Amino acid sequence: MTTEELKNVKSNLVVDARGTACPGPLLAAKKAIADIESGEIMEILSADEGTKNDIPRWCEKVGHEYLGCFDEDSFSRLFLVKE
Amino acid sequence: MENNSEITIQTLQSQIEKLEKKVTKLEKNRKDQLSMAIVSGDMDKILAAMIISLAAAAMDTKVKLFFSFWALSALRDPKKHPKGKDFISKMFGMMLPSGKDKLKLSNMNMAGMGPMMIKILMKKKNVLSLGEMFEQAGQLGIEITICEMSMDLMGFKKEEFIDYPHLRYAGAATFVADAGESAFQLFI
Repeated sequence: MTTEELKNVKSNLVVDARGTACPGPLLAAKKAIADIESGEIMEILSADEGTKNDIPRWCEKVGHEYLGCFDEDSFSRLFLVKE
Repeated sequence: MENNSEITIQTLQSQIEKLEKKVTKLEKNRKDQLSMAIVSGDMDKILAAMIISLAAAAMDTKVKLFFSFWALSALRDPKKHPKGKDFISKMFGMMLPSGKDKLKLSNMNMAGMGPMMIKILMKKKNVLSLGEMFEQAGQLGIEITICEMSMDLMGFKKEEFIDYPHLRYAGAATFVADAGESAFQLFI
């Protein structure tokens, strides 16, 4: 998805993991994903650069659909659809 | 015509059966599981082991950690003081770090300055502390096995280890069996 498309995405759940470094955001995402239904969208806020590579790999392995990410000033927003 | 399609279905069925058998065999051989033998008691190496374990567990991989030799220091609870140790065991107990907060660095230890500086940096950079990592590991179901032989050898007692939800005691064969069915194994 392009950045413009991602900006218009309505997330069902936003997980703010800006306060933790690797593997904190992944742990936060794994916990939070249990709170949404299949097909719903989760948004992860992360200030950890590595997370931008880690979350897509996690999605790939576990089966969620990774939509993409874009950068804000000091963090990134990552989007995915629960399997 | 009907006869032909019946034959096709039969061949397909037998092919599916064969594939199913193969898949079960493969699944049994290589579980989505990580086995780690942790021997080092250095703070940096225990940190690395815990970070990899947490990432693996978050990715739904079953994680089994086998703690042995120097690594046992990381599992000691500084608040617990078991009785009935002989002289050498007491000496060992005094010389080895009393828990995960007292571990040394493999490099730049500088009589404790190094670990102190790393801890300050970790806090500043929002890295989980070792204590928090063990807590998360417990929540994610990461299994920790204590090597009984090295526990005996180094004079540790079961009563002095941390309260961890998935703690068990076993020998080398347990690690070998676990590692054999794991998709990947690490030695730290």
